[in-house]
Amino acid sequence: MGAVNAGQLEKGSTSTVEAPIKEKETRSEEELDVPWQVVVHNDPVNLMTYVTMVFQRVFGYPREKAERHMLEVHQKGRSILWSGVREPAEFYVQQLHGYLLLATLEKVV
Amino acid sequence: MVISCSRPWRKSFDMEICRQDDALQISDLDPFLAELLRQIPESTNPDGAPAAEARLFSRPSAEKKICAEWKSYVEPELRRLFRSATETVTDDLTQLNGNEKSLSNCILHIPIAHADAWLNTLNQARLVIAAKYKFSDEELSDHDRSPIGSRRDLGLFQVNFYGFLQEFILREISG
Repeated sequence: MGAVNAGQLEKGSTSTVEAPIKEKETRSEEELDVPWQVVVHNDPVNLMTYVTMVFQRVFGYPREKAERHMLEVHQKGRSILWSGVREPAEFYVQQLHGYLLLATLEKVV
Repeated sequence: MVISCSRPWRKSFDMEICRQDDALQISDLDPFLAELLRQIPESTNPDGAPAAEARLFSRPSAEKKICAEWKSYVEPELRRLFRSATETVTDDLTQLNGNEKSLSNCILHIPIAHADAWLNTLNQARLVIAAKYKFSDEELSDHDRSPIGSRRDLGLFQVNFYGFLQEFILREISG
């Protein structure tokens, strides 16, 4: 989410040098310190074997642990796959969406 | 392995699927199943079905700010990823572009290197079809449902058939 794509860079290039605009800080220290969790939600379409493989690939979990989380998603509707600081949590959610899993980023309450 | 996708009131539709060196090979294709394979790429298209679009690009958070950033920076990347996977599958499926009558002798080779693209594309197709027809959990877990009497029934058959292909690919790549 913090990435800048090529299109943005191209649009931003001009022939004159302009004074840099100081952007407003969007994330406070307090916000960054709050633990976040990566939650995967149940989806009856995704195959159990597929979900297990995705957990192994994205989080590097051994098969048994990946299956435990998969079963928790299947039986309880959701499972917390990871918790920690925001940036890696966002990255994990992005990867999970790339595999088309229903995943969200949630603040730990 | 010989796979039989049965429509009990008429006949079974068979194909043979096996591992051949660095590829998966699907042979003895019934024209009906060959047509379903050819429909994989177009089945990933969520146009005209907001529920399908929403499922492919689901919300990453309950927080509006995160969702807005996601839409700007992450969603375009996801769209590129999904499109790239679908293009790979489309290219592989050109092997089926032949004379209808010769389909029974037609062989589809899926390189193992394309396995991830196939898994992704099959998943896109299954999610889009399921969202379009709003299949219930019960329908999705009823693998013996028959007969195919409507477009909706055919959609459910597609979801199950594509799921079977996913299972086979998963088994082959996980050794």
